[in-house]
Amino acid sequence: MTYLAKPRLHHPALPVNKLGYTRRDYEGKVSTLCAGCGHDSISAAIIQACWELDLEPHRLAKLSGIGCSSKTPDYFLGNSHGFNAVHGRMPSVATGANLANRDLVYLGVSGDGDSASIGIGQFAHVMRRGLNMTYIVENNGVYGLTKGQFSATADRGSKSKRGAVNADSPIDLVSLALQLGATFVARSFSGDKRQLVPLIKAALAHRGAALIDVISPCVAFNNHAGSTKSYDYVREHNTAVNRLDFWPSRDAITVNYGEGEAIDVLQHDGSVLRLCKTHAEYDPTERLAAMDLIARHQAKGELLTGLLYLDPGAEDLHQHLNTVAVPLNSLGTADLCPGSQILERINASLR
Amino acid sequence: MKRIEAVNDFVVKFANINGSGSASANELFAKSFMRMGIPVSPRNIFPSNIQGLPTWYEVRVTEKGHLGRRGGVDLMVAMNPQTWNSDLEEIEPGGYLFYDNTRSIPASRFRDNINVIGMPLTEICNSTYTDARERQLFKNIIYVGALSAMMDIDPEAIAELIGEQYRGKEKLLKPNLNALQMGRNYAQEKLTGQLGLKARRADAVGDRIFIDGNSAAALGCVYGGATVCAWYPLTPSSSLAEAFQRYCSRLRVDKETGRNKFAIVQAEDELASIGMVVGAGWNGARAFTATSGPGISLMQEFIGLAYFAEVPATIIDVQRGGPSTGMPTRTQQSDVLCCAYASHGDTKHVLLFPEDPAECFEFAAAALDLADRLQTPVFVMSDLDIGMNQRLCRPLQWDDSRAHDRGKVMIREELEAGCEFGRYLDVDGDGITYRTYPGTHSTRGSYFTRGTTKDRYARYSEQGPDYIDNVQRLLKKFETAKSLVPRPVLTPSRRPARFGVIHYGSTGPAMHEALEALAEMNVHVNALRVRAFPFQDEIAEFVAAHSKVFVIEQNRDAQLKSLLVNEAGIGPANLISLLHYDGTPITARFITREISQIAAALNVRPIKKDKAA
Repeated sequence: MTYLAKPRLHHPALPVNKLGYTRRDYEGKVSTLCAGCGHDSISAAIIQACWELDLEPHRLAKLSGIGCSSKTPDYFLGNSHGFNAVHGRMPSVATGANLANRDLVYLGVSGDGDSASIGIGQFAHVMRRGLNMTYIVENNGVYGLTKGQFSATADRGSKSKRGAVNADSPIDLVSLALQLGATFVARSFSGDKRQLVPLIKAALAHRGAALIDVISPCVAFNNHAGSTKSYDYVREHNTAVNRLDFWPSRDAITVNYGEGEAIDVLQHDGSVLRLCKTHAEYDPTERLAAMDLIARHQAKGELLTGLLYLDPGAEDLHQHLNTVAVPLNSLGTADLCPGSQILERINASLR
Repeated sequence: MKRIEAVNDFVVKFANINGSGSASANELFAKSFMRMGIPVSPRNIFPSNIQGLPTWYEVRVTEKGHLGRRGGVDLMVAMNPQTWNSDLEEIEPGGYLFYDNTRSIPASRFRDNINVIGMPLTEICNSTYTDARERQLFKNIIYVGALSAMMDIDPEAIAELIGEQYRGKEKLLKPNLNALQMGRNYAQEKLTGQLGLKARRADAVGDRIFIDGNSAAALGCVYGGATVCAWYPLTPSSSLAEAFQRYCSRLRVDKETGRNKFAIVQAEDELASIGMVVGAGWNGARAFTATSGPGISLMQEFIGLAYFAEVPATIIDVQRGGPSTGMPTRTQQSDVLCCAYASHGDTKHVLLFPEDPAECFEFAAAALDLADRLQTPVFVMSDLDIGMNQRLCRPLQWDDSRAHDRGKVMIREELEAGCEFGRYLDVDGDGITYRTYPGTHSTRGSYFTRGTTKDRYARYSEQGPDYIDNVQRLLKKFETAKSLVPRPVLTPSRRPARFGVIHYGSTGPAMHEALEALAEMNVHVNALRVRAFPFQDEIAEFVAAHSKVFVIEQNRDAQLKSLLVNEAGIGPANLISLLHYDGTPITARFITREISQIAAALNVRPIKKDKAA
């Protein structure tokens, strides 16, 4: 269906953001996923988040691996460069891309097979390196494109559509990312746009590795009774630790959030996250507490969602490598080549 | 008994235990000849181990400048009891054994057709030093001192080298000079006239430099403008990435800010290192990785993606003995086919074959240009023999008027002016299309990069005609590459020749020595050194111009020959493979013996002195 162009016409009264773009300007091609797929809701949330953030679409690079989830970058931000890499290896491509040009925003979209099975090695290392990127896992616990096999995030005891029961322990990407040193860790649900959009905005503004694990039911292969990643199951077992609002810079805070108990978290770039806490004792800047709470809820069969951990003073890979402020891909021969005189000196030292 | 008597033309081999500090002493020995104007060609023969296993350092002293391995040993410095028997076997009849005679060794453990020189090294060290580490380290310098005296090496030359080595570490300088002198004194008193191998000042080194191929390739990457290096430690390639780090720290730090104009990542594995190179190349930075055969095996999938999606990537393969873990510390040219056709599906990749460190420098820089120009992976096919051994070679050169070739990149102004952009649209007819860097223009020039089939505008397609259009264009691009890669180098015989020889890479020095030896035997051959794949037409023409052509390779399966037959339309009946693949560098002796024997058998007429073979 991707050859069917969406009509460019839109209603003249559609709201525009600060750049003068409508939400439509952030769309991509028509999705070829199944009707009702959770992934399409995530694409919509990405579009909403980028529009609200006044991001220039072409200053974002979208990268993915292989699978249903990895097809989605074609369905949002049509004016961005995209890279559909090889299965499970999006993180390394994103790392190289980011090293080449630190000025773009990097959004990686992956799935549970792509990140927790074949790509768990690269997932782990990109988290521990602190690459400045937003890493969204569209997690449905199943291989959709190859028709319904279990992935490594499928819960033990969950049933496949054909009736097979999964006996293997599940991998929890959120816990793993926390242990590996990710500096922004969140979990959400594709059906909860109100929670998801601010999380994506905050992740895009975060400088460092930002993971959002989004439970995203597969309507074709994992939305039946016995599945622990179906719409019904997730709605029943979802426990949110907080509600989030996000301002790109400190000056923009004009709204009085008010309800419940709230805390502000200031990020490196001046952006502010306001968390309305539904769990009174929860402080998302405590890594160990986050790991503990996640594990406790997991034991009860509950999915803890929201912003689970944030290191507001995070550093990224470019800081670790002490690279120059300008993108490396903008450096020319004069910047990079030491010239013949220095080479002659090197020659002299080798005699 | 007969004694080998030689001046400036012999082979000395040191048998040591790795981790014993012998490497720097042995290197000192090798370099002292060069300071006297005599070329040397040293080789490390080392185990895949850090401490305790046998290691050898072979120094070929060669006034004629034959830098290949010769084969045979004229003087064995036997410092490792573990390998005593096999070390003794290697000595040429009439050659010499130098050993530590502190403990007496029964006569049965020697050979009777060699000359034995004993020196009580342990005893001297134990009576001079109390510290165990000093006893070990200075033992190495003492034997270098003794050998230098016996060989008439200029003491000033060695003292100068030690001075350079310990510049700024004066505390170490004096004891080293003392140890050297102690060895010299002993030899002058007790060992005079025992060794027939002598050094005599010459003028045969010229302005050549002494560098290993990995360092030279790393410098080539610095000069070639690489900004991103992603790698995973793997012998024999690790020292390349480490040298890149070292040179960048010196040459690529912004003076004002102290910040780096480079990014080096030691990746978690080779899958990630090539992925990072592909990501950086896609995003407009010049990127490379250094690896060896096992790494190439792991990188196959990404190489296919880079070929099909047309992303620049430079891969330096420092080849070692394969398959599997193979011989990690031995040399081979056995990744030729694996690299030429890397990945599943129909692929062909550009390969460059450097002969020595100078070409490692040039080809590394050229590969970065070619990768950008051709938007495809480019391989520099080095090997352990070139990569990890210091070699005399011509000085590295850079033309300051040379700008990095970034290839066909459509920029913002062109997009703004309305230039038509199709990522896979061949506007120039050379198979190479225009690309844009991500982030160039707000509404034009963006595209989706993928490993699946696409049309000329980068749109997903499962249509047969789109697929064929695309892969045929890739073939056209490969044809274009022929005119861009280094041309082969012909060494014509001085006399008309029926036979030709094709060789590549590190075989070069041994080949040139063999050509001289063959000419003396009245066997005349024209030699063509292939420097790149795809093959230019002149390679097939060269084969057609000779009745038989020897193809010399350092692998079992005649990989370059297969590639010549497959890709250059050459009939296999015209080619005779000479294969050397035990992991040691190929020697002139091997090539000479094989070619002369086969040439004699092929000559129907008896060989007459005035007839060319």
